Amino acid sequence: MTTLVQLAVGACGKIVNVRGEDQISSRLLEMGLTPGALVQLLGTAPLGDPIELSIRGYRLSIRRSEAARVEIELQA
Amino acid sequence: MSVAVLPSTLTVALVGNPNTGKSTLFTALAGVRQRIGNYPGVTVEKKIGHLRHNDRKWALVDLPGTYSLSPHSLDEMVVVDVLLGRRDDVPSCDAIICIVDASNLERNLYLVNQVLELGLPTVVALNMIDIAEARGQKIDIARLSSRLGIPVVPIQANKHRGLADLKAALERAINLGAPSPDSPFPVEFRNEVAALREVLVPAAGYGIPHGQMLRVVPRYIVERLLLDTTGYLEQSGLVSTAADGSDDKNQLHTYLVAARARLAAAGCQVPAIEAIARYAWAGRMLDGVISQPSQRRETTSDKLDRFLTHRLWGTVTFAAVMFVLFSSIFIVARPLMNLLDGGADALAGFTKSHMAEGALRSLLVDGIIAGAGSVIVFLPQILILFMFIAILEDCGYMARAAYLMDKLMVRVGLSGKSFIPLLSSFACAIPGIMATRVIENRRDRLTTILVAPLMSCSARLPVYTLLIGAFIPAGKYAAGFLPLQGLTLFCMYLVGVVAAVIVALVLKRTLLRGETPPFVMELPPYKIPSPRLVLERMFDRGWAFICRAGTLIVAVAIIVWALLYYPHDSAAVQESVAQERTALAAQIDRLPADDARRPLLASALARYDDPAQQAQLLAGAYQRQSILGHLGRFIEPAVRPLGWDWRVGCAAIASFPAREVVLGTLGVIYNLGDVDLKQSEGQTQLQSQLRAAVWDDSSRPVFTIPMALGLMVFFALCAQCAATLVVIKRETQTWRWPIFTFAYMTVLAYVGALATYQIGTWLAG
Repeated sequence: MTTLVQLAVGACGKIVNVRGEDQISSRLLEMGLTPGALVQLLGTAPLGDPIELSIRGYRLSIRRSEAARVEIELQA
Repeated sequence: MSVAVLPSTLTVALVGNPNTGKSTLFTALAGVRQRIGNYPGVTVEKKIGHLRHNDRKWALVDLPGTYSLSPHSLDEMVVVDVLLGRRDDVPSCDAIICIVDASNLERNLYLVNQVLELGLPTVVALNMIDIAEARGQKIDIARLSSRLGIPVVPIQANKHRGLADLKAALERAINLGAPSPDSPFPVEFRNEVAALREVLVPAAGYGIPHGQMLRVVPRYIVERLLLDTTGYLEQSGLVSTAADGSDDKNQLHTYLVAARARLAAAGCQVPAIEAIARYAWAGRMLDGVISQPSQRRETTSDKLDRFLTHRLWGTVTFAAVMFVLFSSIFIVARPLMNLLDGGADALAGFTKSHMAEGALRSLLVDGIIAGAGSVIVFLPQILILFMFIAILEDCGYMARAAYLMDKLMVRVGLSGKSFIPLLSSFACAIPGIMATRVIENRRDRLTTILVAPLMSCSARLPVYTLLIGAFIPAGKYAAGFLPLQGLTLFCMYLVGVVAAVIVALVLKRTLLRGETPPFVMELPPYKIPSPRLVLERMFDRGWAFICRAGTLIVAVAIIVWALLYYPHDSAAVQESVAQERTALAAQIDRLPADDARRPLLASALARYDDPAQQAQLLAGAYQRQSILGHLGRFIEPAVRPLGWDWRVGCAAIASFPAREVVLGTLGVIYNLGDVDLKQSEGQTQLQSQLRAAVWDDSSRPVFTIPMALGLMVFFALCAQCAATLVVIKRETQTWRWPIFTFAYMTVLAYVGALATYQIGTWLAG
């Protein structure tokens, strides 16, 4: 299953599911990473972690470990 | 229809996402008439402002910026409680202003949807329309307002525009009463909520009236019970399934688990269903309301980010910004601090010359003035640091700093937001600890606070400089090119950092164990910081420090003064001085005739016979005869393994309240007389004295290189700053943590000094 971690810089994906039922997944969902939403990877921090996304018109940064929970469908 | 008796003061809550200009709006509405405090037991700050509108008094409650009202912690529960009117210390809210960022409507509407469900009159303040327009977005405000069913008022908080309209809309909303919005959730969810509501019984004083005198749990809370899988609300005891409230947490839990399973089967997986439902609602609300260009326009902010979060340039800029911040605290604050120090000294001198000698004069000069001086002297550093933090936060760079540093900090058990507070602690831990407020997560914040004192602050520098200058040979190089003195200094700083890393990792696995908190962090668009906001924050922090921490620090200073002054028995002191003279003479006799230390000790002996030096000798003797001095002798057996004699023990104990006094204390203990230790000449004299110091019962030198290194390690790791402990108390709201900090650091310092001395001596021997 493709997750946000596999997204290349500049590429877009459509969110399919957010795994988990803990505080982290609640937070990801609250911030707009919901099934059906479009997300774009804008870049990563110097050490590769965290990553920066464009979601619902704003910039969000999350850790790779958190991004691994977000299953996506790659968009052309 | 009866006429409702309107309360004389209306309570209005202000909620909104972070970075929406909420603080600016709050200050614009309530001015400087604010009451700031803390909600007891949590670190949420209580901010209530007052204003008059149309002959009515309003109390404006500023709640912390939040993305969602779902409570995951005690702090977040406070916000919900205030909104539901459950707190005794805040009156029930009559209305809510929800401030919304126009350039970020979708996400902001998530919170708006939650707020509407609270069932209170609500008004949306639409801020930052200029930013939305810069992106090419146009918003049909009238349509949005009619869709939401509540007033939507455009404002520009930083320019104070739209405020009159906002207040008018709020009054209208209150008169119209609460909206009853449709639930955004699918029917299966709504049915579960209704069913659950039937079986729930609210805790005493908690429910809302329903029909005739039957109290039910508010619908909002029932929904949250189903949605919050972390179980926080479940455990809170607010609701139960038995009328008599008997222990049935299990029953409630079982019911909820079963209900959630039913929902999952029906395609309404909890917790995702909340986000899906609310964002779908937001989408419906905004359909046809916003018109935006199909390609997101790149704004100036985006261009800046390409540079500032760039792997190379971003890091370089970050290092530069941090360097400027750090140097300012170190360098710019210095002259201001010297000025304040000078002022305190002048006041002390004035008092000394105008008062008769005695306990009262000593209390005033060495206790109160010195104590108050030590509080005020921190102000320049605090103000400068908070000026930088306010600028960085307001312009949006703070989030980028956390983003760049996160990976590094996570490796050591902290988070990206810990970086700036810890960096500042290298100058002074007090503003550093106060700055941990930017860390929202409680565990991360606490860990950062507990290791901040390990960063070698500027007060330790004189100790290092003195001891390194005295005992580490200058002009010698390790590996041929690293100056030994500089290397030793660097190692002392490193000791602190390494200890901090270890302590943070240990804390995260033991005391502060728990789930790794989410990092999920918004990177707000850049904007020019508002000078007014920056100044407000600066003075807010400075004033808070003086009032809350300052008074306590002065109190501690007075206690320490008492310990150093009493019993002040002049007969005993005269006798003690005589004894010292005898002991010193005996020491000289024991030395071989050609020993290099003879001349130095002989001149020290000469001082005992010099009438002009009597006052200084007595001062030293009084200190040694004081309670604190006796404590130094008492603990001598404990500090011998460190290579210390009772004199060093005394100096160490005397510097527990404030480590910078150690130099002065050493000067007094070694009878240096009226020497200014801030000048290098005075320091050289003290260094010679230290080199010549011998044990009372032999001619072995006290200060060997391993012992000096051990002493520096002790100072590096020990919590010798009452002011820091007081600030920790203030920031954590309990004495438990400052006591813990003091205890663990003292143990660490002792063990570190012990190991350094014993291993060093063994290696050298």
